[in-house]
Amino acid sequence: MMKKIVSSAWLGMVLLFMYFPIVILAVYSFMDTPTIGASGHFSLQNYIKLFTTPELTEMIMGTLSLALKCAIIATILGTMGAIGAFYSKKGMRGFVVAANQIPIVNADVVTGFSLCVLLIVVLGMDKSTLIPLLIGHVVLATPFVYLSVIPKLKQMDNHLYEAALDLGASPAQALRKIVIPQIIPGIISGFFIAVTLSLDDYFITIYTKPATFNTISTYVVNATRGSQTEIKTALWALSTVIFVIILLAVLIGNTMTNRKVGVKSDINEI
Amino acid sequence: MKYSFSRQQLSIPYAVFLSCFVIAPLLVIVYYAFTNGEGNFSLANLTGFFSSQNTVGTLFYSILISLATTCVCLLIAYPVAYILAQSKMKKKTVLLALFIVPMWINFTLRVLALKEVLTMLEGNLAYHPFMNTIIGMTFDFLPFMILPLYTTLMKLDKHLMEAAYDLGASKTAAFARVALPLSIPGIVSGVTMVFLPAMTNYVILDMLYNSTYIMGSLIGSYFNAFDWHSGSMISIVLLLIIFIFTWSSNGFSEKEPDREAIL
Repeated sequence: MMKKIVSSAWLGMVLLFMYFPIVILAVYSFMDTPTIGASGHFSLQNYIKLFTTPELTEMIMGTLSLALKCAIIATILGTMGAIGAFYSKKGMRGFVVAANQIPIVNADVVTGFSLCVLLIVVLGMDKSTLIPLLIGHVVLATPFVYLSVIPKLKQMDNHLYEAALDLGASPAQALRKIVIPQIIPGIISGFFIAVTLSLDDYFITIYTKPATFNTISTYVVNATRGSQTEIKTALWALSTVIFVIILLAVLIGNTMTNRKVGVKSDINEI
Repeated sequence: MKYSFSRQQLSIPYAVFLSCFVIAPLLVIVYYAFTNGEGNFSLANLTGFFSSQNTVGTLFYSILISLATTCVCLLIAYPVAYILAQSKMKKKTVLLALFIVPMWINFTLRVLALKEVLTMLEGNLAYHPFMNTIIGMTFDFLPFMILPLYTTLMKLDKHLMEAAYDLGASKTAAFARVALPLSIPGIVSGVTMVFLPAMTNYVILDMLYNSTYIMGSLIGSYFNAFDWHSGSMISIVLLLIIFIFTWSSNGFSEKEPDREAIL
């Protein structure tokens, strides 16, 4: 009994540490005071500011569009890479497996800086095209797409593909109708990992972005250096919106998988 | 013969991409680290790094920050992962998700929230820069420590603990001599996921008004000064540290199968 209380208390304290700042910021995002801890009145001014200030909406849309572009490219590149490497001979597979590991273990600062030196200093690419930035984000995200597809390929029954070929399907048809449907969960989770990695990135962005473009991360860091309280409190609202979206997504995802498990166990009981 | 040929071809775009944007940048910074402004071979950047008190001091300060962050994360996360892994409650996955969710929220927004709360509690952040940095890093990296520990502890065969009790071990002894050694791979991967980012994530220091440099800040400042040669040398030093770290931690996970074979 005692042990249970101590365990629950520990979990509770750690959760409090992890969530207290985010929750208190959420509470104050609905108030008209710029100081946490001060008393204030209920107000939606921060949310109105967040969604009507052009500087903020452009920054948010820019971040989302970059994340989406990055995730689409990374998902296609990573999935093709995984399928190709999985069926390749040792040399090619060894190269892809090893090189794929580099951006994962490497520090983002080094990845960003080295890409900046290659693309902008050596090749003289124009930052304002946003291409170096997009390349940087794809470098960051693709290895994780690759890693989320590979396990699905390993689980797949290879005979199905060969059976499709024996029944007259072309390799492309067999790939589309047999392989892709079986690895699609890995592809989808890879896509979402790519989106969140791009949304969360600061270091690769700062080294490859044009001076006038900001993502949420670089914008927040700049805003904390300045003393504009209006922008600061609008960012509290942004933090709250993102927190609620992610919490809902995780909880819904969780109940969905639980329901799936439930359905499966029902079938087993029958 | 024809079908396997077409499937293998799919890896070509990614292999080309990796060569151009992962391998090539590394080769370029190696070149820049060992040349000077005129493009001649030079060891000036290397000797400059080790002879300057600033840079060597920064290296030690980074290691200190990383060590402290890793220890604090481990001490907080291990009991959490252990309690969660042992618990038999129904909604365990939801509780685990709560510990992992912060990982998906933009870290600058989370550090912003922490900064506001710390300012409220301390009044002025400038009085405790080191402590605030450790709190900030722990706040940011904790989920990355909890997850690998939980995964390893879940795989732990419960019968081994029962066997230890049956053979007369006390709870502490069973934990110290069975659970703890078997969770070493999880500890190692958690430590890797916290120690290395803690050496380079200088944004947390910036946001919490700690003006001391860590290794990452050096690259940032050379980038701002357009000093690609010195920046590349810092990158090489970091790459070396990362390589040594990854190489030695791989040694740990490779030992696992042997131990299972003995059991």
